[in-house]
Amino acid sequence: SEKMQRRQSSKTPKQPLQIHHKNQTDLSAWRKGGRIDPEKSVQNHQSPTNQKSDSKQASLEQALSYFEKVQDHVSLKKNNVLQKHLTTVESIALQRGLPPEGFGVLLNVALSGKLADTVNTRLLKSLVPASVIPETSVVSSVSWLCVSKCSGNIQLLFLRWLITVFDFIDHKEQLHALYGFFFSFLQDEKMCPYVCHLLYLLTRKESVKPFRIRRLLDLQAKMGMQSHLQALLSLYKLFCPELVTITLPGKMKTYFKNSEGPWKAAINTVRRRNQENSPVFQPLFLGAAQPQSRKRKWNTQLIIPASSTNKNNLEEDREKNRVDLYSTNESFPVEQLQTFSQLLQNIHHLEFPSQMGSVLTNPLLLHYMNCTKDESIYLRLYYWMGQTLQEECTWCVADNNQYEEEFKDFLETVYKTECFLQEGFSSCEEFLYKSLPLWDGFCCRSQILRLVSWIPLSSFSEMKSHLYDPLAQLFFTSSLYFKCSVLESLKELLQNWLNWHVIHLDSESDSQVHSLNTTLSGLVNVVAELIHFVGWISTVALRLENNPTFLLYFILDFYETVCDMYLRYNLPLLIMPPAGVFYPALLSMDSVSLNQLCYIMYRYRTNLVAAKENELSKTKTLQFKFSSQTYQEYNQYIIAMVGCLWTSSAFQKDIHPQGLRMDDELLKKTTVQEFKTSFNIVYHPAMMGYAVLFLQQAWPDDTTFNFSLIKGKKWNWYLEYLYAQGLKGLKVFIESSINRVSQAS
Amino acid sequence: DPQRTAFLLRKQWTLYSVTPLYRFSDARLRDYARLLSAFIAAEKQKGLAVEVGVELDIKVSVSSLPDLKGSDQDQAAILVQLSSRSAASSKNSEEKLIWSGWFCCVSGDDLSENVPEDFTCLPLFLANGGESYTSIVGSWFQKTFDCCFRRLAISPLNLSWMAAMWTGCKVDKTASAMELVFSVPCLPQPLNISYAIHPEDAKALWDTVQKTPGEITQEEVDVFMDCLYSHFHRHFKIHLSATKLVKVSTAIASAHCDGIIKFLQSQYLTGVLMLLTELAISQIQ
Repeated sequence: SEKMQRRQSSKTPKQPLQIHHKNQTDLSAWRKGGRIDPEKSVQNHQSPTNQKSDSKQASLEQALSYFEKVQDHVSLKKNNVLQKHLTTVESIALQRGLPPEGFGVLLNVALSGKLADTVNTRLLKSLVPASVIPETSVVSSVSWLCVSKCSGNIQLLFLRWLITVFDFIDHKEQLHALYGFFFSFLQDEKMCPYVCHLLYLLTRKESVKPFRIRRLLDLQAKMGMQSHLQALLSLYKLFCPELVTITLPGKMKTYFKNSEGPWKAAINTVRRRNQENSPVFQPLFLGAAQPQSRKRKWNTQLIIPASSTNKNNLEEDREKNRVDLYSTNESFPVEQLQTFSQLLQNIHHLEFPSQMGSVLTNPLLLHYMNCTKDESIYLRLYYWMGQTLQEECTWCVADNNQYEEEFKDFLETVYKTECFLQEGFSSCEEFLYKSLPLWDGFCCRSQILRLVSWIPLSSFSEMKSHLYDPLAQLFFTSSLYFKCSVLESLKELLQNWLNWHVIHLDSESDSQVHSLNTTLSGLVNVVAELIHFVGWISTVALRLENNPTFLLYFILDFYETVCDMYLRYNLPLLIMPPAGVFYPALLSMDSVSLNQLCYIMYRYRTNLVAAKENELSKTKTLQFKFSSQTYQEYNQYIIAMVGCLWTSSAFQKDIHPQGLRMDDELLKKTTVQEFKTSFNIVYHPAMMGYAVLFLQQAWPDDTTFNFSLIKGKKWNWYLEYLYAQGLKGLKVFIESSINRVSQAS
Repeated sequence: DPQRTAFLLRKQWTLYSVTPLYRFSDARLRDYARLLSAFIAAEKQKGLAVEVGVELDIKVSVSSLPDLKGSDQDQAAILVQLSSRSAASSKNSEEKLIWSGWFCCVSGDDLSENVPEDFTCLPLFLANGGESYTSIVGSWFQKTFDCCFRRLAISPLNLSWMAAMWTGCKVDKTASAMELVFSVPCLPQPLNISYAIHPEDAKALWDTVQKTPGEITQEEVDVFMDCLYSHFHRHFKIHLSATKLVKVSTAIASAHCDGIIKFLQSQYLTGVLMLLTELAISQIQ
């Protein structure tokens, strides 16, 4: 016992006093922390709950000071005081967690062997942190571990506790200094799995030494394949691939036995109660091995590689370090990158994984990719993606069709990545150009059409032969739904191009006026080509399908983007829809289409007016002007629309060559009575339903449906009624394009 | 020096195309051999860790073959050889070569001119030995240099080019017959037709077809093949144009549409490799 005393005294010459002080001050601080709001504390001063918590804190303080001074070999059964204090610690720990100062005291007692193992176990089990665990308390516990005053079971329990609460320890520098001590515990067969886990959490690159690797390999030779050794060795491989290597079998899922023990649930409860953002448990990052099917030959299976460190550079790094010993140009292993804040902290020494393809499934790396301008990363991705798409394409490669689901998932992933980066991949573009002529329009349809929407904008247009021709063939021969999907993806393609253009306008300043002008004219041509293509296929599709509203909706949706290009995207280009689209929409039986058309024409007007004003106001001659043909076309359409919706004069006044103009003689032959009034907001087939409802409301007793009653003041009421029905497009159109001077009075 | 590439002859090589290797360095071939050998050991005993640098059952050597180049821009070819050491016998016992593979680029300027410095263009890979080793070595290269391996098949069109080109080559010794193998499609059982031609007859035919020596056009190749087809039809009433050309064997080399090649003449080795490099590049781009 003399020996023991000496050891104790050497271990704690100054510490007890210090701890004592700390305990007192910090405990009171912790108590105050419970009621930060002074007003609230005054209000609640007399409340029973507060008194209760005050008394709890007092009893915890008593318990801690009891455990600090407790004598050797106090029996639990006979000692009521010990029982009382133990219960206090347990109940407070489970309810609200222990304050940082509690850990030093309780760990010292539990590991010193003063008390019986049942007490020690209960104490260890109650070590649930309320906030953090001071590193010093852990360090002194490790020294208790080294003198092995406690039983093997307590040692194991302590290690399991340490693993579970590892992330709650406030600092880890001193713990890292103890790496060698922990490593020596590997000899103990029972402790080995837990020590491996702990080392796994502690290991840094500088911890990996050849002698340690040899020691682990010796253990491996002695104990055979053990998952905990594999995990630690594979971490060593990650840091030093030039020293050791290992291939993990694909089947393995867990590398460490469940060491969470009784604490995890309590920690979660406490965290939920305290509602703090305490550190999250880091998942183990050994996901490298993937199951491989035996059926297919090598390298003919679609596998997106896992993120792993670029081993290729490690040796070069070592050489660099030799030159500059004090630099910390260690790169951060991508396997450890789990959170966005890690990304921010390590962005200066992060390296892309050894296989670029792995970024597709790693959003953090995609963020990182977004901030780098390195050409080589795109080239690596380009090669990998290009080869994978070609190799896996289910309709270009024979016998691949059984893997359609896999390929679909892959295309889906590629598409999501493009959306994330807001940028199309050129490998994907090339793949589409190569494979679309062979595509049946069915296989992976939605994936392919989505990828089409991310075809990058290039000033040099190869679109016609590569995209439009094969797409048109499929478009005309496929179902209505396919047609709508194609229109939808072409609309997104247009929007993506326009967005790209806007971003480049912002980023490229006036310094590059010349190159901008040349690219701008290229851009205008490519965009115009797309819009003309859509106009053409829409015209044909409306005729083939007999003008269904559903199709018209998708077509007009496309033109909602087109009509606003000048103002919303700053592109000096406006193209009117062809007559084959305009007239079916104008004469549609459906108010939805008509309303949409009204809105589009209103936006065309706004854009054209703005362009005209710019033209007039600027002294400089503008590079781009809308041709007079655009204005002329717009005016022709407007005359037809006003005639159709307002003045009932469409047959007389429409001057568009493909328009509605008809001779009175011809109209008389139709034997329609009052053909002159048969097109306005009352009689238009898309509007007549509203007119009927309006009549029913305005003249409930009249059953003759006398539409001619809607005039004068009633006409205005009817308009208000229509606006109230949600026809906002009609409203903005009428308010902007129809001169209502006569009505105003 | 034909001696130094003689070991490449008369072996069946399976062809692969390889995208440019990222951060590959000629100066570190020894390191690569050490790492690859540990990787192979780890792959073969999945789950057991292997120390890098210790002597293992399979020895790996990575070396450079500077002779296999078309132009100065070409990267020197890289040879990877795996040999096994039998544990029982003594250290001096012979190592047995169990697998070999090589990367090369002969006149691959189309590719190498367009990639940044960090990349090494060795677009053609040829492997001889068990596919399990090809898979391990290939995976290691893919992981280490972020490249992509793909089997390189040879289309019937390219096979007919080879037939024409190789017919025109001069060979010193009395050459073996030229053989074309055709496969008849859409049959329940596979049916192959072998068409053997005396090399001098074939050469005579080709000489009448080729207009400018040293230059070959698609039209000439078509005419050459059509002549062979009509000759065959005259005798056997079979239209070979309706079948698929699957294999071409000449004294220069033999090539199978599955992407398998055998070199027979060292003087034409780089010539054949140039064509294969071109095919590999077109598969990459």
